[in-house]
Amino acid sequence: MEKFFKTALILIALSILILVISFLLTLIVQSMPSIKALGFGFLTGKTWDPVANVYGTYPFLLGTLLTSFLALLISIPFSFAIAIFLGEYYPRGWFSEFLKNSIELIAAVPSVIYGFWGLFVLVPLVRTLELKLGVTPYGIGIFTSSLILAIMIIPYAASLGREMIRMVPSSLKEAAYSLGATRYEVIRAVILPYAKSGLLAGVLLSLGRALGETMAVTMVIGNTSLIPKSIFDPGNTMASVIANEFTEAASTLYLSSLIELGLVLFLVTVIINLIGKRIIKRFTTD
Amino acid sequence: MKQNIKYRIGKSKFFKFMVILLAILCTVPLFVILIYILKEGITKINWHFLVNLPKPVGETGGGIANALVGSLLIVFFAALIAIPIGIMGGIYLSENRKSWLANWTRLAVDVLQGTPSIVVGIVIYFWIVKPLSTFSALSGSVALAIMMLPIVVRSTEETLKLLPDSLKEAGLALGLPYQRVILRILLPCGFSGVISGAILAVARIAGETAPLLFTAFGNPYFSTNILKPMQSLPLLIFNYATSPYDDWHNLAWGAALILLIWVLLLNIITKITTRRWKVQF
Repeated sequence: MEKFFKTALILIALSILILVISFLLTLIVQSMPSIKALGFGFLTGKTWDPVANVYGTYPFLLGTLLTSFLALLISIPFSFAIAIFLGEYYPRGWFSEFLKNSIELIAAVPSVIYGFWGLFVLVPLVRTLELKLGVTPYGIGIFTSSLILAIMIIPYAASLGREMIRMVPSSLKEAAYSLGATRYEVIRAVILPYAKSGLLAGVLLSLGRALGETMAVTMVIGNTSLIPKSIFDPGNTMASVIANEFTEAASTLYLSSLIELGLVLFLVTVIINLIGKRIIKRFTTD
Repeated sequence: MKQNIKYRIGKSKFFKFMVILLAILCTVPLFVILIYILKEGITKINWHFLVNLPKPVGETGGGIANALVGSLLIVFFAALIAIPIGIMGGIYLSENRKSWLANWTRLAVDVLQGTPSIVVGIVIYFWIVKPLSTFSALSGSVALAIMMLPIVVRSTEETLKLLPDSLKEAGLALGLPYQRVILRILLPCGFSGVISGAILAVARIAGETAPLLFTAFGNPYFSTNILKPMQSLPLLIFNYATSPYDDWHNLAWGAALILLIWVLLLNIITKITTRRWKVQF
C-alpha cells in the first residue's frame, strides 16, 4: 500500500510533466504545415488574407507589441505607486487593507466583463477624445485595448512590488535616515535599488499577462488585419485573431498558421514568465 | 543651505502626495466598473431571467438558464479533474523537494501558469474536440482543469512545506504507514491552505472565456449532456455583448452581474477560509 501510494504520487508528477511536453508537441506538430510552407516569412509578411491564401502575421505581432507595451507604460506608474504606498508608507491600517483588497479584486474580475464594459463605456469615451484630437473616431482600436489592459495588469506588478519593498531591511533604511536623507531620498536611493529586480519581475509578469490576454482585447480592438498606422487605429493581436478566426478556418494552411501564431504566443509568454519567476526565486532565497 | 533643505523636504512631500494620489486613482476604474455592471445588471435579473432560455432575436425577455446550468456543470467537472490531481502533485513536490522529477515538474507547472488561456483552448481542440468530432462541455472542463492545475499544485505544495517536520516524524514514529501520515496528518493540518487554493483556482477559471471558445463552444438551447456543446455564462456574455441587438445586450448585462457576484463570492470565501483556519500549532 505504501509503495502503491508513492508510485501514484510519482505517476501524477510525471503525468503533469508529460502533459506540458505533449502540449508543446501538439502545437509544433499542428503548425508544421504552415512552418514548412511559409518559413520565416510568416512573421515578416505584411498581408494576412486567408481568401487569397496569404498568411503574413506582422500586423498581429505589431498589434500585440503595441497594446502590451502601451498598457505597461500606462500601468507602471500606478502599480509602483501602490507598491510604495503599501510597502513603505502605509503597510497597515484600514485604508491599506481596503486598497490591498481592491487591487486583488481588479485581478479577480473576469476579462470578458472588462471587455463588455470597455465596449459600452470606454469606446464612446475614446470616440469623444478622438473627435477632439481630430483623428478618425473609431472608438475601438489599439488605444482602447491598451487602456483596458492597463487596468487589468496593475495588480500583478503592484502586489509583487509590495512584497519586495517590504523585504528591504530596515537597517539599510535607518542608515540612510541617520545620514539625514528625506523619505523620498530613502525610497529613491535605498528602497528602489534594493527592490529593483523584484519590481522588474513584477513588470515581466504584467507583460506576460498583457501579451496573452484575449477576450477583453478581442472585444474592443476592432479586429482588422490591416497594419495600424497610429495607436487610434483598429487592429488585431495574436490572441484576438486566433479567437476570431480559429473556428472558421477551413483550409489546412489557414488553421495551421493560426496554430503557429498560438505557438509563437505560447513561447513568448512562457519565456517572459519563466524569467520573471527566476528573478523572484533568486530574490527571495538571497 | 536652508533653502536646499526646504527644497528636499518639499520634494519628499510632493512625492508622497503623488504616490497617494496614484494609488487612490487605481481603485477608481474598479468601482466604476463594479457600479456600472450592478446598475445595468440589477434591473434585468428576476425569477423569469434565471429559469428561462434566451429568446430568438426580436422577442423581448428570455433568460439565461442554459448558461447558468452549463457554467456550473463545466466548472464542476473541471474542479473534479483538477483538484485531486493538483493536490497529489503538490504532495509529491513538497515531499520530494530536490529530486530530478520534482524540478522538472515544478518547471512544467510554471510553464502551465504562464500559458495564455487561448492556447489551452487550441491544444484541447486537438486532444478532445477533433477525436470526438464534436464540441463538448467535457473538453471545456478539461481546458479549464488545465488552467486550474498550477494554482492547486502550488498552493498545496506551499502549504505543506510550511508544516513542521516534527508532525510527520511524530506520525512515522508511531508506526503509521506513509500514506496515512500524509493523508491523515499533513493534509488535515494544511487543510485551510489546500482548500483555499482550490477555491481560488475555481474563482480564477469561473470567468474564463477564451479556452471555451473552441471547446464548449456555446449552445442556444438547454443541454446537460457533457459530450455535446454547452452554453456558459462567459461565452454568453461574449456572444451577446458583441451582437447588435439590444435585447441580447440586456441578457448579457444580467449575466455579467451574476458572473461577477459568483466570482467575487468565491474570492471572499477564499479569504475567509484562509483567515478562519490559519495553519496553527
